[in-house]
Amino acid sequence: MQTSWIPFIPESASTVSSKVDALYFYLSGVTLFFTLLISGTIIFFVIKYRRRSPFEIPQPIAGSHKLETMWSVIPFIIAMSMFAWGAQIYFENSRPPKNANEIYVVGKQWMWKIQHSTGQREINELHVPVGRKIKLIMTAEDTIHDFFIPAFRIKADVLPGKYTTQWFEATKAGTYHLFCAEYCGMNHSGMIGSVIVMQPSEFDNWLSGNAGQQSPAVAGQQLYQSLGCITCHGANGEGGRGPGLVGLFGRKVDLTNGQSLTADESYVRESIENPQAKIVMGFGPIMPTFQGQVTPEQLIQLMSFIKSLQVTGAPAATAPSPKSAPTPASAPTAAPNRQ
Amino acid sequence: MKAIETFQLPSAAKVNYINAEYGLKSWLLTKDHKRIALLYLGSISFFFFLGGLYAMFIRLELLTPQGDLLSSATYNKVFTQHGIIMVFFFLIPSIPATLGNFLVPMMIGAKDLAFPRINLLSWYIYLLGGFITIYALLAGGVDTGWTFYAPYSTTFSNSYVIAAGLGIFVSGFSSILTGLNFIVTIHTMRAPGMTWFRLPLFIWAHYATSLVMVLGTPVIAITILLLAFERLAHVGIFDPAAGGDPVLFQHLFWFYSHPAVYIMVLPSMGVVSELIANFSRKNVFGYKFVAFSSLAIAVFGFLVWGHHLFVASQSVYAGMIFSFLSFAVAIPSAIKVFNWTATLYKGSISYDTPMLYALGFIGLFTIGGMTGLFLASLAVDVHVSDTYFIVAHFHYIMVGGALFGYLGGLHYWWPKISGRMYPEGWGRFSALVIFVGFNLTFMPQFIAGYLGMPRRYHAYPPEFQVFNVLSSAGASILGFGLLIPAIYLVWSMRYGKHAEANPWHLPGLEWRTASPPPTENFLVTPVVTWEAYEFAPPEEMQVVGKLKGEGLEVADVSEK
Repeated sequence: MQTSWIPFIPESASTVSSKVDALYFYLSGVTLFFTLLISGTIIFFVIKYRRRSPFEIPQPIAGSHKLETMWSVIPFIIAMSMFAWGAQIYFENSRPPKNANEIYVVGKQWMWKIQHSTGQREINELHVPVGRKIKLIMTAEDTIHDFFIPAFRIKADVLPGKYTTQWFEATKAGTYHLFCAEYCGMNHSGMIGSVIVMQPSEFDNWLSGNAGQQSPAVAGQQLYQSLGCITCHGANGEGGRGPGLVGLFGRKVDLTNGQSLTADESYVRESIENPQAKIVMGFGPIMPTFQGQVTPEQLIQLMSFIKSLQVTGAPAATAPSPKSAPTPASAPTAAPNRQ
Repeated sequence: MKAIETFQLPSAAKVNYINAEYGLKSWLLTKDHKRIALLYLGSISFFFFLGGLYAMFIRLELLTPQGDLLSSATYNKVFTQHGIIMVFFFLIPSIPATLGNFLVPMMIGAKDLAFPRINLLSWYIYLLGGFITIYALLAGGVDTGWTFYAPYSTTFSNSYVIAAGLGIFVSGFSSILTGLNFIVTIHTMRAPGMTWFRLPLFIWAHYATSLVMVLGTPVIAITILLLAFERLAHVGIFDPAAGGDPVLFQHLFWFYSHPAVYIMVLPSMGVVSELIANFSRKNVFGYKFVAFSSLAIAVFGFLVWGHHLFVASQSVYAGMIFSFLSFAVAIPSAIKVFNWTATLYKGSISYDTPMLYALGFIGLFTIGGMTGLFLASLAVDVHVSDTYFIVAHFHYIMVGGALFGYLGGLHYWWPKISGRMYPEGWGRFSALVIFVGFNLTFMPQFIAGYLGMPRRYHAYPPEFQVFNVLSSAGASILGFGLLIPAIYLVWSMRYGKHAEANPWHLPGLEWRTASPPPTENFLVTPVVTWEAYEFAPPEEMQVVGKLKGEGLEVADVSEK
């Protein structure tokens, strides 16, 4: 049973879970206090002021501005403390650390397909090491799903046509539940799996034991060539008729319509599937659409390849080497801007 | 004591709204708000029974972790249909369309609602929506969850989504018409002397509810139309495969459906204000604060829908704003709870059945409201959203809140509505059974939810079984408890003791006329010279319509 030593609290196995539990205890304490205060007062009044004769009429009491102010202001202050505490943890968790290892998650009716940046694939299982920051980049092939790991106290919807992320750092080895928490059709309750947290050394063994699969970046490089991206964006993403792709993720991109944005997974996906939507300043609307020609997984591989492009222009993606930690991909680089 | 007897109106006036006309036609074509209230009462009771039946199947299935009673496809339809029926065909119309319809005119001293024909039309529209929905259930059912999230509902579901949506679309218009009718009636038809601040709080609550009905319901209608359009014509509105945005659907859906929660609970709060004041014979403590808190809830309720999207890829900053506003909307509810509690102070409190429901409401609503703060709190919501925690939370609001208020109000006004008393002993007993059964059903779900059990799961890991067994046991007690009033209320219509005009000895206008009331409610137009909840010895209270011997003086009707 995956519960902690405290009754009715699930196992706590990430750096975030104890923070969420602390807030939960605070909220539970306040709830218990007010529930007891209200029901205690009611029971006391109901007994003390019970009707003693059928036609008695008690003295009316008009009300009190002092009391009204008191029981508006005090609950408001308490509510604001809850708001600030909850928002602070949420805000912290919303920004994945820069040096996190990236793992790709694709949800489909009714399974989870997971690929590590070193190439290992898993279905309905996620192996992760203790003590390393892991960032999940998630998308769905069909309808909305939700990647929920109760022991880590994290959850995020996984949407089609969009990339969502969440991150965690596991603190305790063990096997934990993985649930789909957004209703997704007939076998929704079967869209479950396990998160297996291992000691780093064991994890590295596991990785090498599963070696031999192509890393997403390498697969992406092959796609990059076979789809013909190479013609305009250059063999190593150095650019040409199309904008350069080196160091693209996290970079600020100026558009022909005068707007600018920071390149992320959703932007890159849109630019592949619907290139006319946002044209980079200095380039023409000449790219054909790839909508329907690349699967969500292939999109992830292409992005993985783009992330692997180094400033020098040489792709870092080489044969899978399980022991080497993946490159910090999304770190913005000072790539020369071809525009 | 002799003075008190003169206060009693004759227990059965010769002609009342029930026996004024006979025959099916006189009911189906009636323009009397009281008869329409009864038509609604019959229909929503049917839907409540149907929704309850689905709930029983859910609880039976979840007794064991394996998912062995129903197939997963059937289970998905069962919880979807439980939600649709209970939300759109029971909870939303429950108090406004029955008690509100019956009492809004009576409490303000009017003869009827402002638009009696529209009132009847609203019932027929409700019925039409109900029939369409029942068609959807019989034809094969719908499996999208009551929330109809796209793109599952528009692209992937192979069930009767459009028919079910159409049923909700149609019934929404009955809600709009009822709301409109109440707003106009409360503005224009108050009896002489019935100023805004003499209105019973039941009326204030219905006024606030009506605003939400009129302003919110069109949005769900538009949303359902867009959904049907995408499903039929494959136009990309919500499905990203066709260029749409699924999160847009969630924004539109909750823009109505969060305020809809207040459509369910505000009238219940109005009932509880009546019950707490009248059964402790005290004016409501902080009357204006309670009245304005209803309006504050109605207004702020429109600004918090985004708290349903904290894990749905909404921007972090939008999440923080919605979290802040959700905490803010909790304050007017807290004000109500404190004022109700303070009203009891130095009162003369009786333990009649309606009061038991009202006291139960305060306790359960406090738990429901406080657990809402867990969900407004961003970091905790991430963990508990879409788990049984949220299922428990909204059942505390909708059953512990809305249903308890409805049952309390139904018992309280039953003598006025039916002209008969319900059996008090059975009433108290069933209120207790319902309270115990309810808590046993939903309290364990908070725990299962925090432990991580997701909602809408047909099968679940065995470690959650103990909580589900407790919950199912509670549900059987709750179901049994609800059958008791269903039986004795029907029984009392024929065999109950005849009710006096004012069996509880209260000052409200509805108690100053006969039980059941005559078709025109009051034989003469009442002139209000007293404040709301101004208790006085019975002999000092004015009665509307003169007394003469055993009958009301019929000649007085000719005042028009």
